[in-house]
Amino acid sequence: MSRKQKKTLRRIIIAAIVFAIGIAMGIFYPESDGVMSPLFYVRTFLLIAAYLIAGFDVLLKAVRNILHGQVFDENFLMTIASIGAIIIGEYSEGAAVMIFYQVGELFQSVAVGKSRKSISDMMDINPESANVERNGEITETDPSEVQVGETVVIKPGERIPLDGVVIFGSGSLNTAALTGESTLRDVTEGDEVISGCVNTDGLLKIRVTKPYSDSTVSKILELVENSSTNKAKTENFITRFARVYTPIVVIGAVLLAVIPTVFIGLTSGEWQWSDWVYRALTFLVVSCPCALVISVPLSYFGGIGGASRHGIMIKGANYLEQLAKAKMFVFDKTGTLTKGSFSVTEKHPEGISENELLSLCAAAEQISNHPIAASVVKTAKAANANNEIPKAENAREIAGFGVEAEVDGKKIHAGNARLMKQIGLDITEYEAAGTVVYCAVNGVYRGYILVSDEIKEQSRSAISALKALGAEKTVMLTGDRKITAEKVAETIGLDEVKSQLLPDGKVKALEEIYEAKPPKSTLAYIGDGMNDAPSLARADVGIAMGALGSDAAIEAADIVLMNDNIENLPLSVRIARKTRRIVTENIVFALGVKAAVLVLAALGIGNMWLAVFADVGVAVLAIINAMRCMRITQQ
Amino acid sequence: MKKTFKLIDLDCANCAAKMEDAIKKLDGVTNATVSFMTQKMTIEADDAKFDEIVKQAVKVCKKVEPDCEIVLK
Repeated sequence: MSRKQKKTLRRIIIAAIVFAIGIAMGIFYPESDGVMSPLFYVRTFLLIAAYLIAGFDVLLKAVRNILHGQVFDENFLMTIASIGAIIIGEYSEGAAVMIFYQVGELFQSVAVGKSRKSISDMMDINPESANVERNGEITETDPSEVQVGETVVIKPGERIPLDGVVIFGSGSLNTAALTGESTLRDVTEGDEVISGCVNTDGLLKIRVTKPYSDSTVSKILELVENSSTNKAKTENFITRFARVYTPIVVIGAVLLAVIPTVFIGLTSGEWQWSDWVYRALTFLVVSCPCALVISVPLSYFGGIGGASRHGIMIKGANYLEQLAKAKMFVFDKTGTLTKGSFSVTEKHPEGISENELLSLCAAAEQISNHPIAASVVKTAKAANANNEIPKAENAREIAGFGVEAEVDGKKIHAGNARLMKQIGLDITEYEAAGTVVYCAVNGVYRGYILVSDEIKEQSRSAISALKALGAEKTVMLTGDRKITAEKVAETIGLDEVKSQLLPDGKVKALEEIYEAKPPKSTLAYIGDGMNDAPSLARADVGIAMGALGSDAAIEAADIVLMNDNIENLPLSVRIARKTRRIVTENIVFALGVKAAVLVLAALGIGNMWLAVFADVGVAVLAIINAMRCMRITQQ
Repeated sequence: MKKTFKLIDLDCANCAAKMEDAIKKLDGVTNATVSFMTQKMTIEADDAKFDEIVKQAVKVCKKVEPDCEIVLK
């Protein structure tokens, strides 16, 4: 509790004690209630004292706000309601309403403070200080004061304060704070490290490469802090609604007090104000829109906070709202659904073993700089226990065809179908998703290997999870050949593929997909932030993947998945949907209870106590409900 | 220019919305947000008049919620 809250609590306790004495008097000396006696005056004095102790600040604020031209605020309403109660002789009611209102407000303030803190703590990746080595001495300074090029010492258990390069020592870094996944990454001299990771063991010295303001941590913090400025439509609607709700209820209260009384007075000749005025006052107590105004943004804030714990950075409540409505998901292929790195995925030897085929191809391909050749060599090395491949002699590259070399005295040709034809071999061309490398030994065809971009293990399950969540269409955009693209799409389970797209064709393809979009739904584009910034911007929600360390992607996207796990996409959708559901729940619940109390009050059934519950009680329940947005886990 | 300020003791969400409204109405302000959740206020306004606008913003906020303090750095 803050100092201000503690002060309020003390005041409430004193007011409650005074109030209790007053009530007790009424019970033990029934004559003090209603009969004009000295005891009656003592009791009335006690109740009014309790009222003032509890609510003087509310009264003051009400007066001050009226002077500033702000009439319809909660202070004004509580003042009118409680003073009204006292005027019609309901002293205990007036005092009780004020005390309960203050208890509720205090509870609300503590609950909001707590929730806010637990969400902010979760998102807190800010390094508090940096140990800089200056002139051989280590001094603790603020990270923002460290210059580029200075040396920072990071002890085990400490957070890396600024982006840099390791110049001494080695250790394991935990990236959990950034990616939501507790994975350890070993680093040693010469490796780049990013701020926000925690050094779990070993002493590290790093040379700072970026000032604090450009470091990963401050980029992310900026993103998170700005997220609450992008308000959701619902949030704006509630604010606008709040502006009309209060005046309407107040007018209703006035009508409720005047019309029935005048009507009864004119027809029967008896002017009975207090009953209808009491009902009207009850109206006033429920007229504050607090529960809505607090719980809606808190729900979104909770959703954004909960997402950040999984390494999902959402730039604003509006994007969360858009994502909840997404029915179409458009993916970039390379780097998003696939790993973006080539490797040998299939081996089809003829007359020799798989390993032999691979190592012969690799031996010949060693001389080539082609990325396909490099990946063959890499795979072959990895497949071999001692990380070696046979040496090649008289190797030469035949541009556009492949390579020719001698390995262990055998003449090897490795390359495309044209190369095989050139050396007089008649082979059946193999249609596959990727690049096929054919191999001939001493002029005899020995099979082929397939090099392709590996599909991420999680892609398939992520797509089916999306479909289970009601995704109507999943589309992949790629610059790849049709056959490669279709094979990948089929493996993953995508509905549609648009292949052979030039880099600028992606946005155009996206436009075409837009036309088929079901009404009232949105389209999400998921890319890795490389070359697809226009698409990320064009989609209703642009989601960038594996953005750790990529500033461009963080800039361009609306939602950033910090780690490379595409399963975070369906998780994001679930968080968005859950948040939307809770927001709806809160709106319906708060308005429903208030409407019910208004009806009961108008009928004369509900009393002021009920109204106080409808006001602050509902707000507190809505806050507690909003906090559920924070808790969601990977299935 | 866009600048963010910290707010202390902003305890009512309704007031935050009112402050935001009032600041937006100030002359020269292009955009303003008062976030109850992060207890922060962001003002986007003309460079030339920025300091003057911030002063006015503090004044209107005091009007709405006198208990709330704006940290000017």
